[in-house]
Amino acid sequence: MKPAPFEYVRPATVGEALGALTGDEGAKLIAGGQSLVPLMALRLARPTVLVDVKDLELDLVGTDAGQVRIGAATPHRRLEHDPVIAHAAPIVREAAGLIGYPAIRTRGTIGGSIAHADPVAELPALLVAAQGSVVARSTRGTREISACDLFAGFLETTLARDELIEEIRLPAAGARHGSSFCEWAPRAGDFAVVGVALLVERAADGPCERIGAAACGIGSVPLDCTEAVERARGENNPTGSLLRDVAARARALVTGDDDRAELLALLMARALSRSFARSDRPREAAA
Amino acid sequence: MKQNVKLEVNGTAAEVAVEARETLLDVLREHLALTGVHAGCEQGACGACTVLLDGEPVRSCLVFAVQCEGERVATVESFGSPGALHPMMESFRRHHGLQCGFCTPAMVLTAIALVAEKPQLTEEDVRLALAGNLCRCTGYAGIVDAVLDVARSGE
Repeated sequence: MKPAPFEYVRPATVGEALGALTGDEGAKLIAGGQSLVPLMALRLARPTVLVDVKDLELDLVGTDAGQVRIGAATPHRRLEHDPVIAHAAPIVREAAGLIGYPAIRTRGTIGGSIAHADPVAELPALLVAAQGSVVARSTRGTREISACDLFAGFLETTLARDELIEEIRLPAAGARHGSSFCEWAPRAGDFAVVGVALLVERAADGPCERIGAAACGIGSVPLDCTEAVERARGENNPTGSLLRDVAARARALVTGDDDRAELLALLMARALSRSFARSDRPREAAA
Repeated sequence: MKQNVKLEVNGTAAEVAVEARETLLDVLREHLALTGVHAGCEQGACGACTVLLDGEPVRSCLVFAVQCEGERVATVESFGSPGALHPMMESFRRHHGLQCGFCTPAMVLTAIALVAEKPQLTEEDVRLALAGNLCRCTGYAGIVDAVLDVARSGE
């Protein structure tokens, strides 16, 4: 099957792109198109106009005032290889490497993945775990939306139809940062059944000061699991009793008779253990 | 409504008049007769349509041709010739890395890009990189051996 006919425009500025979005009810943004084009091929999506963000100079990575700022059209492949990402947001690098296959990562972008809001995708869960945000712009102005207010349902966000994500922000890794993205997929490169993003920041003398976690693959939006890992705060080591406690709390987040509860518990304990191990050695704080 | 798109395909400038909904796959096969690019699932799952876009592997079924204005495309036709196979093709032949051949052009391109990017390859690297290219004949072992052999010999 082929996509239904549509018009294609490639504006040179964000202002022009917003104009094109506002001008047609059926207009939709396209970046890498790795989620949108399959939906169009199956005619599950039928945009009348595709507004390509390619020339909007949104392929950017930087740090500023303790934050990592990533342009919405930055491809996963760059996230995998960029040295600033590797240092300031190592979990972004790890998660990007788990998305699809190399040929998908060449084209797919962070903003596209987040706007698509697939509940089994890695980056939306990561954004929730990291307590990140997106900067969205429309003809009405610019606003910052925190991750916890962004995901509204299956393939749904709280972005207005005519809003464009310009930037993704997350806290930069500190001197005792440790993070891990753990997932399980039946086939390499395929969508994960469950994935867990977990980040810790520890004090110079060792205790965990901040912790956040979220999961993909469970429910219609990323599942915020921070409550399940709270007990790790103040701890120096992921002891057996801590891991068991965290696993039990994670398991309890999944209701009903669902095999994914056990998988979530296991991945949560694994991610916590790895994050602590990775934060054992002090590093240079990122920003 | 058709629009003109200029591309560099296998080292030669090409200009095609396309509908916006035509994918790079459609254009390579139907307009430019480059049938080494194979149409499999046409929804991004099988990898048979993989080509190199500015040197990097992409699924040509998931890219609209109009998105590729000014870009450089390489298909399997630009590597080797029937009388003088590219080292990767030769290695596939030597290791029985193909049977029906449907997935082979895309496998070869993915492998060439992989070896160019990372000359020191492990078997795990090769298996992960090729995970997005489905083969229903060989069971993959011969393909993995073929790629590792090229990486080791530094060709």
